[in-house]
Amino acid sequence: MKIRLLPVGFLPVACALLMTGLVQGHAATARTVHAVASFTVLADVVRQVGGTHVAVTSLVPPDGDPHEFEPSPADAGKLQQADVIFLSGEGLETWFVRLSRAAGYHGTPVIVSNGVPLHEMVEDGHDVTDPHVWNSVPNVEIWTRNIRDALIRVDPQDAEAFRANADAYLVRLHDLDHYIRDRIATVPADRRRVLTGHDAFGYFGREYGVTLMAPQGLSTETEASAADVAALIRQIRTLGVSTYFMENAADPRLVQQVATATGARPGGTLYVEALSPPGGPAADYISMIHHDVDLMVQAMQAAH
Amino acid sequence: MGMSLHDLFITPFADFGFMRRALVASLALGLGAGPVGVLLQLRRMSLVGDAMSHAILPGAAIGFLLAGGMSMTAMGLGGIVAGLGVALLSGLVSRLTRLSEDASFASFYLTSLALGVLIVSAHGSNIDLLHVLFGTILAIDTPTLCLMGGVTTVTLCILSVVWRPLVMECVDPGFMRLVGGRGGACHMLFLFLVVLNLVSGFEALGTLMAVGMMMLPAASARLWTRRLWVMMTLAAAIAALSGLGGLLLSFHCRMASGPTIILTCSLFYIFSLVLAPMGLARRLFAPRMKRA
Repeated sequence: MKIRLLPVGFLPVACALLMTGLVQGHAATARTVHAVASFTVLADVVRQVGGTHVAVTSLVPPDGDPHEFEPSPADAGKLQQADVIFLSGEGLETWFVRLSRAAGYHGTPVIVSNGVPLHEMVEDGHDVTDPHVWNSVPNVEIWTRNIRDALIRVDPQDAEAFRANADAYLVRLHDLDHYIRDRIATVPADRRRVLTGHDAFGYFGREYGVTLMAPQGLSTETEASAADVAALIRQIRTLGVSTYFMENAADPRLVQQVATATGARPGGTLYVEALSPPGGPAADYISMIHHDVDLMVQAMQAAH
Repeated sequence: MGMSLHDLFITPFADFGFMRRALVASLALGLGAGPVGVLLQLRRMSLVGDAMSHAILPGAAIGFLLAGGMSMTAMGLGGIVAGLGVALLSGLVSRLTRLSEDASFASFYLTSLALGVLIVSAHGSNIDLLHVLFGTILAIDTPTLCLMGGVTTVTLCILSVVWRPLVMECVDPGFMRLVGGRGGACHMLFLFLVVLNLVSGFEALGTLMAVGMMMLPAASARLWTRRLWVMMTLAAAIAALSGLGGLLLSFHCRMASGPTIILTCSLFYIFSLVLAPMGLARRLFAPRMKRA
């Protein structure tokens, strides 16, 4: 009888031990938040703020154009498994509505550009909101705060870590902002002009006082008219821009055409709306801006 | 202060190299595609042009991948190979089985199109399908221009050398077979010309608009005359004029160039539809001739 009693007596104790073990285990390894970001630049900023507590996936791949994205069923699957979805907003990810409908996603994505002072641009006589907010560093500081708040809402347990990561990243962004201003300041004011493929540097240009010219409009989706191309060539002939840049995610043919007509030389590839794959020159947001600013400043200094 | 004629017609081309290249490209395209379009219509194959323009997509996509970018030469060569493959296979199948030519064309071009979309989407969004579908005539460089000029030259040479059997085969393939002509070879040669000219149009206007330059001027020309060589000359002239008109409209009115050129072709077509001897006006206002 003694032999049988022993395990029965142990049972409640064993249960209690097991349960405390489970509870403790849960508290010790806080869950990982699954976040989905629309494109690589945004995914990087989410990764910086989320740190080890967040696993981030980007829908548009590295070097991919976020204006024209053809989602696959795997992307719909990513949406369904996501705890939180981040979009830049302001007309960049026009494909997202279609994708979320297809995926049966009913949540509200976090629009990280909320609170960014937006610029309107006139395109074909219409006022269009320029979606490329991240090319000005102060806007990404707003992104960072929005992302921090959204992550805290999803995972309040890790709030402290998110706050610390965001603060550290904000310091780095602040340094980046200073770096850009210092570099641009080395170029005489009348030489601060750059030719690119499409109008994606509006915020950069206004923030840092650089004039950017492009044959294609804000979105890579629109087709240029002969009038637009001619106007640009005239403008460059009068102002004298000697270098042009290609973009990693856009059709290079038009900007090459403009370059031939004006005698501008190629200055390299700017990363505008997509990071490079890991190991490339623009694997994260801060290196992307460094890379672009260095190329532009080099070209503008060489201009005469 | 109005614009002088010089400002309207000469300045755009005198000041801008891209306008001159676009003009030469549309002239070359019109000279080759116009006559080929007329033959396609005589052969009652108007929609085959459309089918073929889709069939060249996987070739263009593979060319893009191999060249690692928007290389119009690689994409054009790929398109020629894919288009010829589809033409050859459909021709063979329609001659060897009971399937009609349009049925086998439909099967092969749909297969080819699906393959093209698959290749494009397997390699992410950075291959941008829209730029294959809508090329831009404003971005034509010298190699592309040479390719287009070459296509037109080859087309006009072949047309003039094998004119008689080609026309016979197009107008009455049954008779051609009866008199023991090499109808099959002629037909293949003709399909080769169709593919060449479509690829040339695809370089300038994209696959979606390439057929427009081929079919609309041909349809307009048919309403004016029954004489074949006049019809072809007229088709080539209408295509070339539409290129000029479309480019000028795009320049002065800020309209996207590709669709503007095709819509100019459409205006010629509507004009011919209403006023040409074989158009609507004649039918409406001279009903006695019809009854007699």
